[in-house]
Amino acid sequence: MTVLMEVKNLTTRFFTDEGTVYAVNGISYVLREGETLGVVGESGSGKSVHAMSIMGLIPSPPGKVTEGEVIFRGRDLLKLPKNQMRLVRGAEIAMIFQDPMTSLNPVLTIGRQITEALQLHLGMDRREARNRAVELLAMVGIPGAEKRIDDYPHQFSGGMRQRAMIAMGLSCNPQLLIADEATTALDVTIQAQIIDLVKRLREKLGMAMIWISHDLGVVASISDTVQVMYAGYIVERAPVNELYKDTRHPYTLGLLNSLPRLDQPDIPLIPITGSPPDMRELPTQCPFAPRCPFAVEKCWQENPPLLPVEGGHPEHLAACWVDVREARRNVNG
Amino acid sequence: MVDMVQQAQPAMAQRTSGQGEVLLEVTDLKKHFPISSGIVIQRQVGAVKAVDGVSFNIRRGETFGLVGESGCGKSTTGRTILQLYNATSGSVKFQGVELTNLGSGEMRRMRREMQMIFQDPYASLNPRMNVGRIIAEPLLVHGVGNEKERKERVAYLLEKVGLNPYYVNRYPHEFSGGQRQRIGIARALALEPQFIVCDEPISALDVSIQAQVVNLLKDLQQELGLTYLFIAHDLSMVRHICDRVAVMYLGRIVEMADSEELYNNPQHPYTKALLSAVPVPDPEVERQRQRVILQGDLPSPANPPKGCNFCTRCPVVLENCYTQDPEILEVAPGHWAACHRVI
Repeated sequence: MTVLMEVKNLTTRFFTDEGTVYAVNGISYVLREGETLGVVGESGSGKSVHAMSIMGLIPSPPGKVTEGEVIFRGRDLLKLPKNQMRLVRGAEIAMIFQDPMTSLNPVLTIGRQITEALQLHLGMDRREARNRAVELLAMVGIPGAEKRIDDYPHQFSGGMRQRAMIAMGLSCNPQLLIADEATTALDVTIQAQIIDLVKRLREKLGMAMIWISHDLGVVASISDTVQVMYAGYIVERAPVNELYKDTRHPYTLGLLNSLPRLDQPDIPLIPITGSPPDMRELPTQCPFAPRCPFAVEKCWQENPPLLPVEGGHPEHLAACWVDVREARRNVNG
Repeated sequence: MVDMVQQAQPAMAQRTSGQGEVLLEVTDLKKHFPISSGIVIQRQVGAVKAVDGVSFNIRRGETFGLVGESGCGKSTTGRTILQLYNATSGSVKFQGVELTNLGSGEMRRMRREMQMIFQDPYASLNPRMNVGRIIAEPLLVHGVGNEKERKERVAYLLEKVGLNPYYVNRYPHEFSGGQRQRIGIARALALEPQFIVCDEPISALDVSIQAQVVNLLKDLQQELGLTYLFIAHDLSMVRHICDRVAVMYLGRIVEMADSEELYNNPQHPYTKALLSAVPVPDPEVERQRQRVILQGDLPSPANPPKGCNFCTRCPVVLENCYTQDPEILEVAPGHWAACHRVI
């Protein structure tokens, strides 16, 4: 498969009154055409900031992408002038957000908000755009689309708003759709509807996706590749099966052990001790060392790079000085 | 038909499906919020039936789970049990004492026995009070101990929930979400209650912190012999922590059983759909699962559908579901379901 986007050494900082926040610290990865990349992490891990950096949506000041490149179909998005970036956003890369109520404009009809992009990016006239908008709403499963197109966002339920957001995101046939916690605010049965819809549309339209979520269950069901972030670093990255079956980073392992599973209810939960790090300091040691059950002396001295794991899948990377397989054997006796 | 429903309700309330003394008895509880219209002369034009006839028992030392999607009435049920809302009708008995007609002074005394842990640890702690004051407030309100005793009690409680007693003079903003939730738990424990309503106590927390708080709640229950009403939408967590579970939909309990039984042998189509919608963190398991995808959205509780309230979304709907409200029946010992299909 061909490369769609290459992120190189992406670094984003926020310069606030209380000091510099090191939100994303030099992450690099490749996204292939048609691939779905799941990005997992807790609040403050940098997963959303990384997506906003790609989209050129970091509020500045206080934020700034201080280093790195985002090569998307041969161009560095970070160096594009504002007016050209505007042509990429919405047309080639679209984004859907967690809360569809705050990301839709409450004083414009749903239809107007979809046709806006069609007229701007595809040069359609009003009637064409309206017809296309009805098609899109029908495609995402809104019943009576011809009528509902003139509704305002408050007349839609939460699940329908998220469907409308998806219709808007897909309106210009983007090559890449970034979904930032797109189902987090929804109930499980509605979440299942939306995930089912996204999977079908992905197949039909052949786009790549970056699916950002804190929910390892949702990510397992939708991703080809999964990337785990902690303190602004990628700490583990692997094809989806490998990540869950042959977990190599203690943080990923900790997340999996602290989740109750519907299919294995009687396994006791093992929480990760402590709390996430203060992002106002760039760590010189492994950022997870203070919470890590396997930490050795080296972990406190040097931040481990993201490298291929020993004896694993060739595309399985982890940033850890310890061989987790061996450490677990020792812990378990 | 109507008679049968009315008979079924108290029968269900009496049912205790095992040993142990009944601590809380809820019978046919209803909470309707009026909808008013008019600017000068307000008149009631309808009602949101947030809780519409709910019955269950909780035994001492048990964790009883109440699950459902947003708007199903699970939080309103919890709050109405604690008399934070006045019940529209029905009965709530705590240790045999009817709570719905207690005077405010008597109810206040009862509150020593029943406390609450809230969902949002950012909104439920007063930002202008330090931690010591927050945890001591229930003691002050109920006039427990002198100042020295209260200080000792606060230090003891902080330690109990895994916080350093040294933090007593700090303010809520200095703590993380998980730590704040621990402060909320310490406050709930201050009066040594027997019963705690946990209203989505972990859903605002990060994944790695959720397990910490759940394990703390479990440890405290064992040590102090607490009884929990655990309200949540996360079905995997509910299965992990609860002994018995009731599933709510549009203000009604549609199914209720021991945790094991409910998850292994769900009877109601809504429970089945809800369980199949929960993602499992294992890609191989995920690929093999058959999902029941429900169509459409939750109907408005102000205007619930006629007949069975699940008929608009039910994948296995029958003709009489549109006209007849199914009564809740015991389908196996201790396992109750309200569906025409299971009769």
